[in-house]
Amino acid sequence: MRALGMFLLFLVPLVVNARVDVYPFQNPAQEARYKKLIEELRCLVCQNQNLADSNAELAQDMRRVTYEMVSRGESDEQIIAYMVQRYGDFVLYRPPFQATTALLWIGPFIILAIAVLVLLMFIRQRGRAQVLSLDQDARERARRLLEDKET
Amino acid sequence: MKARYLIPLVIFVGLVALLGVGLTLNPRDVPSVLIDKPVSDFSLPDLLEPGRMVESKSMRGKVWLINVWGTWCPECWREHDFLLYLARREQVPIIGIDWRDDPDEARQFLAEKGNPFIAVGVDPESTAIMDLGVYGAPETFLIDQQGVIRKKHKGAMNPDVWQSEFKPLIASLEKGE
Repeated sequence: MRALGMFLLFLVPLVVNARVDVYPFQNPAQEARYKKLIEELRCLVCQNQNLADSNAELAQDMRRVTYEMVSRGESDEQIIAYMVQRYGDFVLYRPPFQATTALLWIGPFIILAIAVLVLLMFIRQRGRAQVLSLDQDARERARRLLEDKET
Repeated sequence: MKARYLIPLVIFVGLVALLGVGLTLNPRDVPSVLIDKPVSDFSLPDLLEPGRMVESKSMRGKVWLINVWGTWCPECWREHDFLLYLARREQVPIIGIDWRDDPDEARQFLAEKGNPFIAVGVDPESTAIMDLGVYGAPETFLIDQQGVIRKKHKGAMNPDVWQSEFKPLIASLEKGE
């Protein structure tokens, strides 16, 4: 009995630490959608955090709006469009693929391709050079050995 | 052969240039998507006259400003005198939105420092704020006669921004009427 009491006591800090806004959901699917949405939406105040991680007051309000829209049965697209209409694409943690973000998405692959190309060129060049220099070395050594024998 | 050794230097200089340009940009600056879009209709409880609502619709046909502020925001204290100047000397109608603030403190603030607003709506839950795409205070919007957002300034309003950006635009909007 005492052990159970102690165990419950240890749980207290976890409860205290839990996020303040606890929303009642009609079904687990809605809760899952809400959780996914606040992971995908950026907090505008502390810009390197998403809504789920941020404790900024605006983030709390944006979470509330997200919750209200989810429980009203609006689709993910509608909720995201609502946020983008107000805060622009910046509110999306995953920027959409469009002309202005093309370099952002393709850039790393271009750099990777260049790196692979340079590496291939380097390997080929070095391979050729090594074969040549080995040949010369071998020839030199052979010549010296031959001279040694003569004396 | 010698040109090869220059490659790292060129890359280094390029990187320095890139990062140098990056330093001059403001990473927190999010361009507003609402410029040249109609301002969202808001209806907020009046801070100074309980029971009344402050409505954006009532400003149709006028060139006016929305100023988002709160007593918790230091820059709002800083810009307050200039807002008073705008209201009193330049006769600019300004609607204030008191964002996530303590109403008593806000009333006291205006009583002590003077009130530049023709009306102040309170927005404790960021409803109007979100519709305006605001994420920090202070912010000032310029709305034209048709209710379209023509300009937005983030941070304290100051004489430089006013003279160079807002005043000429207001003059041309009023002439076009």
